[in-house]
Order: sequence, then structure tokens, then C-alpha cells
Amino acid sequence: MKIIVCLKQVPAKDSVLRIDEGGQWVKEADLTWEVNEPDAFALEEGLRLKEKHGGEVVVLCAGPPRAASAIREALAKGADRGIHIEDEALGRADTFTAARAMAAAARAESPDLILTGLQSDDFGYGQTGVILAELLGLPHATIIMEVEKRDGSIKVKRELEAGWFQYVEMPLPALLAIQSGINKVRYATLMGIKKAKTKELKRLTPAELGVDLEPRQQIRRVYVPQKTKRTHLLEGSPKEAAAKLVEKLKFEARVL
Amino acid sequence: MFPFRGVDYMDIDSLFSEQERLVRQTTRQFVEDRVIPIIERHNREATFPLHLVRELAELGFFGANLSGYGCAGMSNVEYGLIMQELERGDSGLRSFCSVQGALVMYPILTFGTEEQKQHWLPRLQNGTALGCFGLTEPDFGSNPAGMRAVAVRDGSSFILNGEKTWITNGSVADVAVVWARLDGVIRGFLVEKGTPGFKTSDIHGKWSLRASITSSLSFQDCRIPEENLLPGARGLKSPLSCLTQARYGIGWGAVGAAMACYDTARQYTILRKQFHDRPIASHQLVQNELAWMITEITKAQLMALHVGRLKDAGKADFSHISMLKRNNVWMALETARRSRDLLGANGITDEYPIFRHMCNLETVKTYEGTHNIHTLIIGEKVTGVSAYV
Ligand SMILES: Cc1cc2nc3c(=O)[nH]c(=O)nc-3n(C[C@H](O)[C@H](O)[C@H](O)COP(=O)(O)OP(=O)(O)OC[C@H]3O[C@@H](n4cnc5c(N)ncnc54)[C@H](O)[C@@H]3O)c2cc1C
Repeated sequence: MKIIVCLKQVPAKDSVLRIDEGGQWVKEADLTWEVNEPDAFALEEGLRLKEKHGGEVVVLCAGPPRAASAIREALAKGADRGIHIEDEALGRADTFTAARAMAAAARAESPDLILTGLQSDDFGYGQTGVILAELLGLPHATIIMEVEKRDGSIKVKRELEAGWFQYVEMPLPALLAIQSGINKVRYATLMGIKKAKTKELKRLTPAELGVDLEPRQQIRRVYVPQKTKRTHLLEGSPKEAAAKLVEKLKFEARVL
Repeated sequence: MFPFRGVDYMDIDSLFSEQERLVRQTTRQFVEDRVIPIIERHNREATFPLHLVRELAELGFFGANLSGYGCAGMSNVEYGLIMQELERGDSGLRSFCSVQGALVMYPILTFGTEEQKQHWLPRLQNGTALGCFGLTEPDFGSNPAGMRAVAVRDGSSFILNGEKTWITNGSVADVAVVWARLDGVIRGFLVEKGTPGFKTSDIHGKWSLRASITSSLSFQDCRIPEENLLPGARGLKSPLSCLTQARYGIGWGAVGAAMACYDTARQYTILRKQFHDRPIASHQLVQNELAWMITEITKAQLMALHVGRLKDAGKADFSHISMLKRNNVWMALETARRSRDLLGANGITDEYPIFRHMCNLETVKTYEGTHNIHTLIIGEKVTGVSAYV
């Protein structure tokens, strides 16, 4: 089975974010970067499927030059080779643009399965995988909690609301958007890190793939949510006020 | 408190390669996930987390800077970064890896026969065998040249007699690298667990390196087969060359312990408020401490990196490594004490890692050549006069 895992590099969780001068993004110079968490789970799932059923895991990333370290990390964990669609502008590309670039590279690979994370921890659109599937004309399913390979097809478990799950059987090739927590992510071993140096990392430019990076969507302004303090007096007898307070703590503050 | 994200005041990261940073990241993540949540309990109960051995081995941490026989073959800088991150977790954990790699695998690789290497190195690398290093004796610590342990030839074997003490991992080791005199010359022997006449007992009541096993070893007419002698090791310089390897790792490890303390104190002083609802970090006396610590940590990082690069180029001398060990451990202990102070009462509990590091670092200051002994090594280097009296 040939599996493509799409991977994005995002600012490390709990980074201190500061808005840049233009007011349209955060100051990148301050940041440390990491593999988008759901993508790390997607990679792990890809590696497990390969270990069980044979084949190849190809890591695909549309990102700026710095993202090469995320691909190396994936190679160190066991991916077989990497494709980096490299352009400074891809660091902030909208989902459609990123998906178009990745679709062009993925098409040439004719994979059996494409795995993406459910969403990225920076923009959080949750659309890249879905658009990529549409562009490639592949069936897709999202919020995947389990993947089971069958003969020429796969059976997947989707997470629905309120503890409900849905099982879907799908033909291959297909695209799955993986939910965080589906598996236990492995560490890159020292031997793996050493081996990664010898693995292929192909660099492509958007021009070579024939895609323009003209954004379809723009961020107008990035700002920190404004904090407002309000005092709310609960009327009524102590008993009534207490009941209202409990209700507010439960449903508004959600701390109970 | 936030997860540990490293300490880098001067963009020292720009001096590391992508691969070096990845090695550090994988170790840091492992420590954050697997060590931090359990280490205080092990420290309280005075137990080593033996269940981690398998994972440590799989990640390649045992003998990471050695090559062949399944070892990862990392550079000395990469190895240093591993030690830094492990000791950010706990000095006992770093000690475990130091002993296994630098004090057991290294001498077998350097002084052993091909059969000894084939037999022991893959097992020690993958954690199915553990090792210990027996140099110190009850009456000979800083001055191992005076050791009394002695072996005499008897046919095709040796009879070993003597006592070793303060031996990390002594009672859990499958093989002990034991240093003893043979015909007056200090030699190395591989003593296997279960050899008749070889007994171990653990040292209890330690206030330091609690999450690490420390034992005494006794050898009474212990028969050691000829093939368990390390043929390449002769004289005190052989065990000392092992210590040079381990001390190098300690030079980095101490930086990790210091980072843990400093980072905790920094975060705490920003959150903790006293006098007019102001963070204690806003007081000049508190900032003085933080400025001192980050400056010393930065200097220590640079020295560790420089010695690492020298070592990778084959140019590191043992006297360089003495300076690295002496300075960085002193710096870490001082940082731990100052950090402890900044946390006030909270600083004395195991809610925070500082007191544990502080206690651990007392051992780190003493073992592998005490602070004073490294002073004498540096002193001899710059004067040409030895002061070991
Ligand atoms: C937890 C722990 C684990 C250890 N693990 C191991 C191990 O795995 N294997 C092993 O072989 N050993 C191990 N050691 C032993 C360690 O290496 C020794 O404790 C160390 O070498 C110091 O020896 P000592 O304790 O006998 O102190 P001493 O040598 O008695 O020194 C006591 C004090 O006197 C000072 N001093 C001594 N001589 C001089 C001098 N000439 N000039 C100035 N000052 C001097 C020292 O600096 C020190 O301050 C371990 C120790 C500890 C605490």
C-alpha cells in the first residue's frame, strides 16, 4: 500500500504569540515550530499500516523552507521519503492553495491512501484534507478514530458527537482526516534520526507543479480577544441566587 | 507551570544542526512524557524507574556516541544534548545512562576482546543486560591509585578479593567492570552476576540521587575466568579514560539540571505576587538572581558545546573535560540553591523539581572526580606541578 501523509509545521503549542507589525499574523521570529499534532497521529497511523500491510509511506508537505525539519522528523520516525513543495508564501497559504499544491504532487504519486490531520493547530480550518480529496476526486472521511484495511477497501471509525461513532466502509484509493488520539505516537529513535539523513527528500516549487499561489482567502486582522469585566448581581432569595449561580457555573463558565 | 521548552538566551540553537536539534527534541519529549510524571514518586520511594530501561534502549540512549555492535553512533555533541535532557529530568536517570554507556560499554569496546564485545555490547545496548563500574573502595575515593582490590592468577583463572563501594547500579548489574591489581598493575575484570563469592548490598538513607541504585560490592575468593580480563586495560589511566567519557556527559547533564531549576524559578517569580500585588520577579534582588543564573547557564552551554566540538574533532583533552565538569556542576548546584530560595517555602517541597535537583547535584559534585580534584587537575595543567598530596 502506498500511503501519502500530509504534514504541516505549526508554532509549538503554548508558544507565546505576539502579533506582528502588520497586524495580520504573529511574529514568526519568536516561535519554535513543531509538527501539527493531528498530523503526527496521521503519520503514526500511516507507519502502522505500512508495518502491517507493507508498502511505502511518503510524507508530503507544502510549506516554507523551515518546514524541512518537520519532514526530517517524519523520516526519522520511519517514513520512506519526503516531498517538500517549498515556497516562503506557503507558510500562510489558505487551505485551497495548500490543497492545490499538494494535489498536484500527490497526483503524480498515485497513492492508495492519503492521510491528513483533521485540522491544523494554527489556522484550524479543518478543510485542507477535504479539499484535497475533492481536487483528486477521491472519497474521503473525517474525524477518523480507527482504520482497518480490507481487500481493496478500508473500514474506518468516525467520531460523532456525544460518544457516538460511525463505521464506514470505503473503496481505495481514499483520503482520511485523522483525529488526534487515534494511536500512541512513537519517538524518533537515534538510529532513525541517523538513517533519515540517507532518505530522499524531493524539493519541488509551485511553478514546477504548475500551481499559482494566488490566495483565495485573506486574513484581514489578527487580534487578541478583548477582555471585558462585568459584574452580574444575582437577584432573588439566597436559595434562588444559589441555584442561578450553579446554573451559570455549569453552562456559562463550564467549571462544574 | 508550562512544559519545558528549553533555555536559550543567546540563540545558541543557531550553533546546532537540524539533526542535533532533533536528537534533543526526541529526548526532551521522552523525558516530558515518561519521566516528569513519575520521577517525584521514585525519588520519594528511593527507587529507580527500571521499567524505562527498555524504552531508553530502544531510543538508542545506551552507548549513543559509540559505534558498532548496535550502538547509534551519534556525535559527542548529540550525546551531550541527550545527557542534558535526561538530567533535566533527573540526575539519577542520566547517571544510569552514563554508567551503562561511558563506564561499561566504553571500556569493553576500548579494552575488550572481540568475544567480550560480541557478547556484551549488543546486550548492554538493547538493555537486556545492565552494567556497573567498580573503582571506588571504602578507603580510596579521590585517590583510587591506592586501591586494595587484588587478583591473583590461579591456572586459567584469577582469584579476586576486595571491596568496592558507592557503585551505581551495583545490585542490578549483570556485569560489573571491576578494577583490581594484578601483579601490582591495575587491570579491569568483567565480573558476572552470580559468580560465587561476589555479593552486593545496597546503600540506603541517601538524601541525594535517590532515584538511583547505589551499592557496595564484595569479592571473596571470586574465581574469574581468564577470558573475562580486559586485555587492553593497564594502569590507572584506563579507568580514568572511562571517567573522562562520563565526565564529559556530566558537563552537559548539569546544564540540564540547572535549566530545570532556573526555568521553574523564572516562571514562579512571574506568577507569585507579594507586596502591592506585584510579581516577585519585579524586585531587583529577584532579578539579580535570575540574571546571574541565565548568564551562568549560557556560559556553561557554550563551554559544553565547545568541548563537544573539540571532542568530535578528536582534540578534547581530559583537562578540558575537568574544567567542563567542575564549572558546570558548580554552576548547576549554585543555580539550584538560588532557585530554591526564590520559591520560598514551596521550594522545599517535591511539588517542584528544584530541591531534588539540588540534592542530586551534591552527588554530581562529588562523583567522577570531586570539585577539588578537578581544581588540582586544572592547577597541574597550568603550572606543571602536581598538588595531589
Ligand atoms: C551516589 C554516588 C554514586 C557513585 N557511583 C560510583 C560508581 O558507579 N563507581 C565508582 O567507582 N564510584 C562511584 N561513586 C564514588 C565517587 O566517585 C567517590 O565518592 C568520589 O571519588 C569521592 O571519593 P570519596 O567519597 O571517598 O571522598 P574523599 O576522596 O574522601 O574526599 C572527601 C573530600 O576531600 C576532598 N579531597 C580529597 N583529596 C583531596 C586533595 N588531594 N586535595 C583537596 N581536596 C581533597 C574531596 O574533594 C572531598 O571534598 C559514587 C558516589 C556517589 C555519592
